Amino acid sequence: METPQQIRDRIVGAVAGLQVECLPNGAPAGVPSLLVGRSCFREVAIFLRDDPQLRLDYCSNVTGVDWPERTEKFKVRRQVGEVEKDVEESRVIPGCLEVVYHLYSMSLKHGPLVIRVRTGDRSADVSVPSLTPVWRACELQEREVFDLFGVHFDGHPDLRRILMWDGFVDHPMRRDYVEPDDYDYEPTPHDHVLDRALARAKPGEAGCGSGAR
Amino acid sequence: MVLTSLQEVYNWGRKNSVWPLQFGLACCAIEMIASTMARYDMARFGSEVFRPSPRQADLMIVSGTVTKKMVPQIVRLYNQMPEPKYVIAMGACAISGGPFKQGYNVLKGIDRFIPVDVHIPGCPPRPEALIHGLMTLQKKIGLQSLTGDDRPRHARADEPSEFPIPGHGEHDLIPPRNPGIWQAPVSPRLKPAG
Amino acid sequence: MMVTQRSSDEWDRPAPVAGSYAFVVGDDPEDPGSLLEVSMGPQHPSTHGVFRMDVVLDGETVVKLKPVFGYLHRNHEKIAENISYLGSMPYTDRLDYFCSLTNNWAYALAVEKLAGISVPERAEYLRVILSELTRLQNHVCLAGFLAQDMGASGTPLMYGFREREKILDLFESLTGARMMCNYMRFGGCRCDTPPGWLDEARAVVDSFPRFLHEFENLLSSNEILMSRTQGIGVLGKDLAVGAGITGPCLRAAGVDYDIRKVDGYGIYPRFQFRVPLGEHGDTYDRYMMRILEMHESLGILKQALDGIPEGPIIDPKAKLRGFRPKAGESYGRIEAPKGELGFYLISDGSPSPYRYRVRPPSLVNLTVLEDLCVGHNVADTVIILGSIDIVLGEVDR
Ligand code: SF4
Repeated sequence: METPQQIRDRIVGAVAGLQVECLPNGAPAGVPSLLVGRSCFREVAIFLRDDPQLRLDYCSNVTGVDWPERTEKFKVRRQVGEVEKDVEESRVIPGCLEVVYHLYSMSLKHGPLVIRVRTGDRSADVSVPSLTPVWRACELQEREVFDLFGVHFDGHPDLRRILMWDGFVDHPMRRDYVEPDDYDYEPTPHDHVLDRALARAKPGEAGCGSGAR
Repeated sequence: MVLTSLQEVYNWGRKNSVWPLQFGLACCAIEMIASTMARYDMARFGSEVFRPSPRQADLMIVSGTVTKKMVPQIVRLYNQMPEPKYVIAMGACAISGGPFKQGYNVLKGIDRFIPVDVHIPGCPPRPEALIHGLMTLQKKIGLQSLTGDDRPRHARADEPSEFPIPGHGEHDLIPPRNPGIWQAPVSPRLKPAG
Repeated sequence: MMVTQRSSDEWDRPAPVAGSYAFVVGDDPEDPGSLLEVSMGPQHPSTHGVFRMDVVLDGETVVKLKPVFGYLHRNHEKIAENISYLGSMPYTDRLDYFCSLTNNWAYALAVEKLAGISVPERAEYLRVILSELTRLQNHVCLAGFLAQDMGASGTPLMYGFREREKILDLFESLTGARMMCNYMRFGGCRCDTPPGWLDEARAVVDSFPRFLHEFENLLSSNEILMSRTQGIGVLGKDLAVGAGITGPCLRAAGVDYDIRKVDGYGIYPRFQFRVPLGEHGDTYDRYMMRILEMHESLGILKQALDGIPEGPIIDPKAKLRGFRPKAGESYGRIEAPKGELGFYLISDGSPSPYRYRVRPPSLVNLTVLEDLCVGHNVADTVIILGSIDIVLGEVDR
């Protein structure tokens, strides 16, 4: 199979105006992945599936990744008064949710090609096009990403919670999810569990909270 | 005198035909199946008849991880079983959440909602351990008296035989535990000030 | 089982979309209320765990079927993101609790790819031996459960479990546990074989064909089994590929795709074996696929047991404590007994993975459950479900 960079060049060459970017991968045996713009995501997917040289007819793995907002610190050389100094500056990298697809070809027996798509942010603009109409293999896994990460898939035929119950409101796989505190005292070597139980325990009602959280 | 021998016959009959509910939750269920198979043969202890319906079962073996999504069903099944009924918590997960204790969807012990008679530790407990747990239960049944102050739960009119079924809230079960049957044990290290 | 009667128009059905996802079932507008909704599970004797199917029936015929998941969602991924890389290894045992060793291998493979660790020869051989033994015991139990679902209560399952116990004894003497082996490590395996283990394994492998022959005589041409399974739950080639079906279910549909051949991970390219393929894609083919795969596994086992060299069991350079791979990502997949089992890891250079994801074969194989069951009798759904071979620990994780 061609390298992801070649595939990227070919996609961009075939249809003008598609946003596809090649992201490096630091692992020794890792392959780079393609970051595709949201607007043309399904087009690119259909191209990858139908292109005679690629024929990626099998979507193996679909998963979400949560990238919360983070601040990156870096040093720049600046003129401070008379002298030039290293000044520490920081930059805020906005958070987003990412969905990663691993594609293989069953007919040509090659792969994988990793494509990924990102939402605008983590709260309001969380929809991406669904690939279930392209590969049905995505159906249940996209539902899972919806459930655990809260990514909304446009065009998914049956987008409901899959693992948690329907009335559940959180998205537990997000990095900032706080699980309900239902640790009561138990014989444990972990001091932080004890501390938590101690903080909650009120005299007379040995750790029996009510309701959620 | 008459009562004592009646009690003995009654207990002897009950303890040698404990019919479990055919109900597996997770990995431990496979060991439960294995213990009914030819090599371990739970039939030697009168418990080979796994009933698919709770109405015909005496014993619920909670064999595996109890998730919060599953709790209402388990309590409902327990409520549907006729008295006298017993519960074995098989495996670390059913006892306390086990390896998955940190999970947001894992109940930290089934004894928060239904009373448990025998706990079998292990992950998974070997079939021998399950059989040992069953024998412990049989011993317990054999010692139960029909009358008197130490009579078991099912022989008391004022003790409930059904327990409230928890609901699913927005973040957790409501309530997260049943204070009527489960209280957090008090630890010497855990004395809140005042 | 809970039964509720509801009229057909209450049942909201997702609108079919263009593309591969189009399956429309005709309600009977003349006779509303003729449909019966049955919720099978989560406590149901033949759903193989806490799986639930919401079935809409017209008489005995399945009109609609929706699987409901999550009753065993144990938050494996979330827990793994908070503990060290090695700390997740025992959790992988509990994914597909029939096949702990193949789960170990898939995870070890993903980490080895992430950190660029090599595996010594002897460990590679042991991995092949153990995963083929795992495949044997998984398939033999599956065949037993399948017969059980058909009403052959007891005997085939007992036979299957009898053989499984022999293999579990091998696992136990090697790893210390019957089911939760926790044996593989990044860059090798945990400990070397005890003295005489390979001979014991050889004895088990040598006696297995006799059992398999008996089992096949008992079941494979059994009239009841054939009439209950042939032509039931036919899975077409295109649907199978599009829906990402893997493992024996895919090969029963006639698609030649075995990751042991395609990726050639480990040392599989050194072994001679064939990939059995089905013709009809029905339940009988899926059953036969397991039987034929067992024959091939026995062949691989013989070759591996003959060829296993002496040597170290783990790469001395591999670090178990304080293991921090460089930032990057990797996807390691193997042909587990149930299909493609993959682990997707993202490292950010810290001691625990930034993202840890299991690609569960059982979950993805359930995508087509409705397509297979619609139009058949309700009693066939449990057989079709049994032939897909799911384990709930892996479906819900
Ligand atoms: S105790 Fe261990 S074997 Fe049993 S269900 Fe829990 S994780 Fe599985």
